[in-house]
Amino acid sequence: MNARVIPYLLIAPSLAFLAILFFVPLVQTVALAFQADGIWSTGNFTRMTGDLNFTDAVVNTFELVIIVVPLQLLLALAMAMMLQHLRGGRDIVLWIWSIPLGISDLAAGLVWLAILTDKGYLNTILVRLGVLSGPQSWLSYETPATLLAAIVVAELWRATAIVLVIVVAGVQLIPKEYGEAADVFGATPWQRFTRVTLPLLKPSIQTALILRTVLALEMFAIVLSIGGRNFPVLVSEAFNWQYTQQNFGVAAAYAVIVMGVSLAATLIYLWALRTPAAQR
Amino acid sequence: MRKLSALGSALLLAGLLSAGAAGTENLVLLSTQLRPIEEAQKMRNVILEDFRGNVDYVTEQPAQLSVRIKAEQQGGTHTIDVVGALHGELQPLVSLDALVPLDDLGRIATARGVPDTLMTLGKFGTAHQLYIPWMQATYIMVANKEALPYLSGGADINALTYEQLALWASAVQEKTGKRLLGFPAGPQGLMHRFFEGFLYPSYTGGVVVPFRSEAAETMWTQFASLWKAVNPNSTSYNFMQEPLLSGDVWIAFDHIARVLDALRQKPDQFVAFPAPAGPKGRGYMPVLAGLAVVKGAPDPNGATALIDYLTRPETQIATARSVGFFPVVKADLPADLDLGIKLGAGAIEKTQTAKDALTALLPIGLGQHGGEFDKVFTDTFQLIVLRGQKPRAVLERQAETLRRLMTETGAPCWLPDPPSTGPCQVQ
Repeated sequence: MNARVIPYLLIAPSLAFLAILFFVPLVQTVALAFQADGIWSTGNFTRMTGDLNFTDAVVNTFELVIIVVPLQLLLALAMAMMLQHLRGGRDIVLWIWSIPLGISDLAAGLVWLAILTDKGYLNTILVRLGVLSGPQSWLSYETPATLLAAIVVAELWRATAIVLVIVVAGVQLIPKEYGEAADVFGATPWQRFTRVTLPLLKPSIQTALILRTVLALEMFAIVLSIGGRNFPVLVSEAFNWQYTQQNFGVAAAYAVIVMGVSLAATLIYLWALRTPAAQR
Repeated sequence: MRKLSALGSALLLAGLLSAGAAGTENLVLLSTQLRPIEEAQKMRNVILEDFRGNVDYVTEQPAQLSVRIKAEQQGGTHTIDVVGALHGELQPLVSLDALVPLDDLGRIATARGVPDTLMTLGKFGTAHQLYIPWMQATYIMVANKEALPYLSGGADINALTYEQLALWASAVQEKTGKRLLGFPAGPQGLMHRFFEGFLYPSYTGGVVVPFRSEAAETMWTQFASLWKAVNPNSTSYNFMQEPLLSGDVWIAFDHIARVLDALRQKPDQFVAFPAPAGPKGRGYMPVLAGLAVVKGAPDPNGATALIDYLTRPETQIATARSVGFFPVVKADLPADLDLGIKLGAGAIEKTQTAKDALTALLPIGLGQHGGEFDKVFTDTFQLIVLRGQKPRAVLERQAETLRRLMTETGAPCWLPDPPSTGPCQVQ
């Protein structure tokens, strides 16, 4: 067979798979979002924006992304740099750090719920130490700040590892010669990090940021298990409209919003962290 | 997405139909109740065990029930003998003209002591008995005995008013420093039923019609003030048995099935009693499941025999014992019956026989819009009680949503709202 055709034949099944199970539902979802009673309209979007949880969901979602993603990147960079300087046992440390990756969102959410609930581990310890006189609520609608903090901590614990893995892979690809050259010219470790390592890590950081931001916009199980109704986000609202209210149009409208925001974020990262043609 | 799921259910249906066609001589009992696997197994292995014939107990999602019956009607292939479903789920089958009149069985049921109110529901306003009441449940209050000393002197726990409940809860809060009244207002909780079947009927005598009335405004103002003594974790509670058992909550309202574990595990620690009353009476929502025979059933005689069997006092007690749904017939609970179940059954009986009892049915005829109907009530609650907005403005806005919803579905009023000719409307 023609050697030029074979590669296309080999990728054809995966393309067909994606087209059938991704592209078709996507088009259907968009169509559903812009239809009410079979007529094209923006009625679903009006209902969505008019809903009492919409503003909260938007604010909460962006709040989480803006807090969580930069923190995760900083943590992952710091952890990757520390890992570089380990002489032995690197693999074991890396392996331990990535344990949370193997745990499902929901399980992670439930673990943190068990820690932070009224009679959870945190309150038990604080009461034993005498810091608190009785159980303190952290996750109720009366304590929005600690509720947000709890979700941020849980998400940091669960998903920093994915950024770390990408960054570590990127760091290992940087040739040692660059660092050695910088040392020869008398660069401080900080200069070496900001002038040599970071620019060379840009493609990895871009990948990590896109992945993390899109996933953070879709955050659901952790938020649901820790925050429940007290902390609506875009995806949990889509879920509620789909399954509780059974209004598929409004659910689809939420899905379209999430997709639009994810797409916009991806494009912004691609543009902001592009590698100039001269450096390629 | 809708199309895909429709396609999915069509395929599933085709599968079921072909399975039925290939099938056996067994009677088929299709039920929207007792769907969880443990309950379904109890039904198959315990409750149906002493029945003469063989029964295939098949469960179905409530929304799919009328779709399936309609499909069988149109296709002319009948596989189902008996349908077991809630009152509101059986109603669409009446409009499909899919149910056989069961007047003879009705007489037997009356003789077995099924109350007239329940028998009347089973007629759907016609001259014939279209379903036989099967089993029932409702929502009750449960209190930890430690809370009882704080109940003010004049109050009878079995005839509480909402005012007395508020006083009780705030007395508990004052003395213990903790907010120990709880409601199931979590994501999977049944808080909306509290508004639809208890609070609104008790204060306004209706649900939809008086939605934005002055009585409703007073009701929300008072409920918001009662909420000051409510445990703030209530917005995470789905089943009240857990906070009751852990002691986070001393006084709770919930569906009986969702507090039964607490009553069963520590029957000495808890008391069960009817929900409170308001100015218009003691609004309560019975959850009534009925059994009906489908027109064209493969084995109509077997079907009536099965209904007769399931409504016998001893089968009803076995049902209460194994799945926590309570008898509709007069059944003397045996002495060795679980104490927790006895507590629950007692609370149900006190609710039903209360002099001021005011029956509020589960919403009927809303079809797929049931969830949005519930959301009107939970949204109103969230805005007025949790976010502290003015009741009048919120009620006006939510009334608009409710009006649109009722017009869309065209559902006529159900009890306790007065009967309507067209769709039930907010006044």
